[in-house]
Amino acid sequence: MSRGERGQGALWSGLAPVRPDAPLLALDARLRILALGAFALVAVGLGHWPPLLATLLLASALALAAALPLRATLKALLVLDGFMLAALLLLPFTLPGTPLFTLFGLPASVEGLHRALLIALKANAVLLAALALVGSLETVALGHALHHLRLPDKLVQLFLFSVRYLDLIQREYARLRLAMRARAFVPRSNLHTWRSYGYLFGMLLVRALARAERIQAAMRCRGFDGHYHHFRHPPAGAHDLQFALLFGATLGALLAWELLV
Amino acid sequence: MTSPLLELRGVRFAYFHDRPVLDGVDLALHAGERIALCGANGSGKTSLLHLLVGLIHPEAGAVHAFGQPRQSEHDFRPVRARAGLLFQDPDDQLFCPTVAEDVAFGPLNLGLGHDEAAYRVEQTLNALGLHGYGERITWQLSGGEKRLVSLAAVLAMEPEVLLLDEPSNGLDEAAFARLVAILNGLDQAMLLVSHDARLIEALGMRRVWLRAGRIETQ
Ligand SMILES: Nc1ncnc2c1ncn2[C@@H]1O[C@H](COP(=O)(O)OP(=O)(O)O)[C@@H](O)[C@H]1O
Ligand SMILES: [Mg+2]
Repeated sequence: MSRGERGQGALWSGLAPVRPDAPLLALDARLRILALGAFALVAVGLGHWPPLLATLLLASALALAAALPLRATLKALLVLDGFMLAALLLLPFTLPGTPLFTLFGLPASVEGLHRALLIALKANAVLLAALALVGSLETVALGHALHHLRLPDKLVQLFLFSVRYLDLIQREYARLRLAMRARAFVPRSNLHTWRSYGYLFGMLLVRALARAERIQAAMRCRGFDGHYHHFRHPPAGAHDLQFALLFGATLGALLAWELLV
Repeated sequence: MTSPLLELRGVRFAYFHDRPVLDGVDLALHAGERIALCGANGSGKTSLLHLLVGLIHPEAGAVHAFGQPRQSEHDFRPVRARAGLLFQDPDDQLFCPTVAEDVAFGPLNLGLGHDEAAYRVEQTLNALGLHGYGERITWQLSGGEKRLVSLAAVLAMEPEVLLLDEPSNGLDEAAFARLVAILNGLDQAMLLVSHDARLIEALGMRRVWLRAGRIETQ
């Protein structure tokens, strides 16, 4: 596989790298997955601000090296923050400690706020690194790399097909909703509405399943026999080794920093 | 006479035992032959094609392919490489993110190396007038483009027989004309399922009908 081809057909098409020759894209897929694992472990383990801010910087550097598109990346991070917002807003009020201010008679603790910010920072750093390291991999290449990392084939397939079906289910959902709206369906709080939603989700499940079966049949017709055995895997090269050493040393330094402050 | 490429002998098939879809089907496709299978909606045309490549199995009767009886999944694997099935809905067939990956999927499964597969992808796309489509995202293509790309995905495996399930469904005039030109330019034996009289006419095929679970020649 040449450098340029690695990035095409990224796992999530919105994240196709802006420059196909970005340095990170030339790295071995297995190495990228392992690097992400190590990064996540370190980031989660850190408890002090300075090294944590440094992991965020490191993740940003990875994103640059992978030439991630700015808008799509920020959007993905915003979605994550949106999801976490509720949980993080509650933390200052649920974690006991030095009161910072009170809202509706509830005290917000300094410790809670501190914890919430730490979690948000870690999550953003890990997601950014994930987008940079594996988000730009082709689905099939990712599956193949996971297979080479000795993950059970069944698990790898489950993963790959989940990626596929999520997108399909979303499209089926959109289509069914459109069909409902086209017949003047307006959600209200009555039995008709709830029954219709019941049918919608039931139908969604059945159709997704039926389609999954047809896709699998189509794959078998093209010689698929249960595993992706076809991607030639070039042995890790010199630049892979360089990256591994540099990245490992950086993570080691971060850990050392954490222990020293 | 040479033995047929694909053959159904007295095939009975049912999704629900008491309501057979096919009930005593005899059909043979010989090398160089082009047969159009007509029939009402739900008459079992798609099921018949799926039986031929072993995606479903008959309750009674036999499926012969390339001179041998075929029964198990193991028997049918080599059949699928030699008899390319174009699915009724291209969305079922295109499952890779990009066109190039999807077209390469079959050849890679056949054991071709990366470079050979890439070469075959390019050849096939060019032959179908899809030059430069390699990097396009499959699910963003128009209906006609999806149909042609899924045909490319089948042709890239260089099958000896083509099984086409309603290939002209949902095509506009231009795409229809392109499909006809492409199919007329191929030399494979073909079994075409369609109720599009215009397509069958344009391809000059012999017709058979599927009625009440059996094949009728008129
Ligand atoms: N997966 C399935 N399960 C149950 N019944 C099915 C299934 N697929 C098709 N059928 C039924 O079998 C009959 C034949 O279907 P099909 O072969 O798709 O017909 P055609 O392609 O001629 O329209 C139809 O009545 C259809 O409803
Ligand atoms: Mg059909």
